Amino acid sequence: MLRAAWRALSSIRTQAVTQAPVLGLPGGGCAKLLSVQRDLPSRPGGLILRAARGYATQKPVQPSHEDDPLPSMLLKDYQDIPGIEKVDDVVKKILSLEMANQKEKLKIKKEQLMKKVVENPKDTGSLEARILNDIISTMFNRKFMEELFKPQELYSKKALRTVYDRLAHASIMRLNQASMDKDVLLVTFNHLDAIKGFIQDSPTILHQVDETFQQLTETYGGLSAGEFQLIRQTLLIFFQDLHIRVSIFLKDKVQNSSGRFVLPVSGPLPWGTKVPGLIRTFNHKGEEVRKAEFKHGGSYVAAPKEGSFELYGDRVLKLGTNMYSVNRPVETHMSGASENLAAQTQESIAPNPLAKEELNLLARLIGGMEIKKPSGPEPGFRLNLFTTDEEEEQAALTRPEELSYEVINIQATQDQQTNEELARIMGEFEILDQPRRSASKGDDLLAMMDEL
Amino acid sequence: MFRRERSIPLRGSAAALCNNLSVLQLPVRNLTHFGVVHGPSAQLLSAAPEGVPLAQRQLQAKEGAGVSPPLITQVHWCVLPFRVLLVLTSHRGIQMYESDGSVMVYWHALDAGDASLVQAVFARGIAASGHFICVAKGPNIVLSEELAGHQTPVTDIATEPAQGQDCVADVVTADDSGLLCVWRSGPKFKLLTRIPGFGVPCPSVQLWQGTIAAGYGNGQVRLYEASTGTLHVQIDAHARAICALDLAPEVGKLLSAAEDTFVHIWKLSRSPEGGYIEVEHCHGECVPDTQVCGARFCDPSGSSFAVTGYDLAEILRFSSILSPVQQRKGRPNWPTCYKQRRIQSPTAHRSSPLPTRSCCQHTVSHW
Repeated sequence: MLRAAWRALSSIRTQAVTQAPVLGLPGGGCAKLLSVQRDLPSRPGGLILRAARGYATQKPVQPSHEDDPLPSMLLKDYQDIPGIEKVDDVVKKILSLEMANQKEKLKIKKEQLMKKVVENPKDTGSLEARILNDIISTMFNRKFMEELFKPQELYSKKALRTVYDRLAHASIMRLNQASMDKDVLLVTFNHLDAIKGFIQDSPTILHQVDETFQQLTETYGGLSAGEFQLIRQTLLIFFQDLHIRVSIFLKDKVQNSSGRFVLPVSGPLPWGTKVPGLIRTFNHKGEEVRKAEFKHGGSYVAAPKEGSFELYGDRVLKLGTNMYSVNRPVETHMSGASENLAAQTQESIAPNPLAKEELNLLARLIGGMEIKKPSGPEPGFRLNLFTTDEEEEQAALTRPEELSYEVINIQATQDQQTNEELARIMGEFEILDQPRRSASKGDDLLAMMDEL
Repeated sequence: MFRRERSIPLRGSAAALCNNLSVLQLPVRNLTHFGVVHGPSAQLLSAAPEGVPLAQRQLQAKEGAGVSPPLITQVHWCVLPFRVLLVLTSHRGIQMYESDGSVMVYWHALDAGDASLVQAVFARGIAASGHFICVAKGPNIVLSEELAGHQTPVTDIATEPAQGQDCVADVVTADDSGLLCVWRSGPKFKLLTRIPGFGVPCPSVQLWQGTIAAGYGNGQVRLYEASTGTLHVQIDAHARAICALDLAPEVGKLLSAAEDTFVHIWKLSRSPEGGYIEVEHCHGECVPDTQVCGARFCDPSGSSFAVTGYDLAEILRFSSILSPVQQRKGRPNWPTCYKQRRIQSPTAHRSSPLPTRSCCQHTVSHW
């Protein structure tokens, strides 16, 4: 069944879809589900190759060296530090691209390219918008949708994960909170509404989404509440035991640090549920005899009206709307004067302890060197890190690259002991002239320290 | 009121099914058995009274025809007059084991052939009645005979030991459309009455002293008269779908748990005049950030209960704070005063306003 869907999908001409691997993997995953034999080496490889070939023939991308960054440019991480220009020449040399490896150069180049892409958010002809359009048109392709709508058993985790990896909004939270039957359907409609917002300009894709909408209503609109409960329970089985922390959820406080979701005890009720607290007693004739109240411990409000199941309508439900539409400002504030002696690091959302340790070391080193300078005390410095969040498997990545900002504020400290050592280190730097080949800059520093 | 006791850790987390906890008390050996469903396997563990886990066992759903591993829908201990059996229902069939889960004594495969591919086939709903074990298979109930009474899959079955009279109802079945069917057990089961549900599923039902207590998907608990089917009490109990109901038959306490993280305990009684059923709210407990999926009393007097939540790898236990005299007697004859007592627990405990009752009710009357 899914093989047929995959065949339908792969026969579509896709133009410049950067998510080529996504096309390849579902086929492999689906094939795994259907066939009895466990190993199908040729199938996924063949599909990926075909998709990749399609992509390659459309748009040959040659790595161009014209706009390579200058070797005297500083490393990306250090470019924004105030006062970095006044730093000693030796330090500049260390931190420049001359001594850095290829990866650092690529980072800067990537940043420059990203700036070009992000420059004009209204530009619908830009690469970003085009990619979005392509993804959506692929996903909502009619034949694929038809196959998807045929009733079938739950996919294995692996198969489904590859499909959802880049294209679905995180569903766990919605499943946890959506309780009444039709809530799940409303959430799906919310998703579709948000997708329609992305592709406003392209009528063909809009048409596809509308068709999907109709199919959804046909298939699921007629289901009873109990059947929805069953669907929801089956989906929750799929998500069971996954405690992946998603940074946007942690920021919004809908997920706490253990990975469990926060279930609020207040707020609007689903349509059809009354506010708890009332006990009504009837007699044999059906007349109400008594009304009593009890305290139920939460503070709920009744739903104002039923959500609309039409093509366009007020869904009433907030779940399923685009979480990324809220602007998340990058936090860039100067840390105060170094009154506290301890180095203070703010917890990053998806913590990488090794990275933090490296940064600590770096902070101490650089902080120490700054204080050594006679040109006045620097209270501290701020370090902005742009990292791509690869751990977000469940979050929607409707942009080509996830632009999530994590800020680590490091306050430099006065440390008399390191000063002498630093002077020694700096002396040693003159001798080193071959660039390091180690993976991260932290390793660079540590390796350098080890050699002393 | 109730204070939180030590939790019992599970090897795997609980699945998001209704009625996903079964408790078997063995007072002779001073043990309590707990059964929780985790996807394709069911976990059984036995614990000492203080909650110290003693033994764990995992039972797998038997593979039948089909591609994906079968999922278990319910696990339940059935206490029959001569033996206790553990029943497991899954998408493939019905398995029965000895009470400790050691030996499978019976296996009934569900016929996947007669159901079309469009509908899912599964068994769900287990109860013991007299000498029979009732297990529901989709819309039908499978016993020595098949009882056709439901059009939508059955969710739960409740039974009560027969009172000794002839036409007393002692089996109630509930289904996904909210329909309740009341039966009289015997060599041949007889359908006595039907109570329509208006589309709201009824995931859990209990029977006590001729009163049916049913929990619905819109958070309501309704009490009906079993013989006539008239509605007596309607409680807007929860903000989300109710997933488990349990009864402590000795004292007439009803436990309701829902996905809104709350667990409520109600006291059922019959009014002296008119014989109406009356309900009073005894206690409400909030289990923070937990989608409760199963709740049971741990003993027939209702002094302690256990709760499981979706994706939670432990069984939470609560026990009431009663004076030692009352505990010894087992069945309190004077009003039980519940004190509000907050115990610091490692997990973040949301402080919910608990009802403080100075004197609950008059003496418990004998039926």
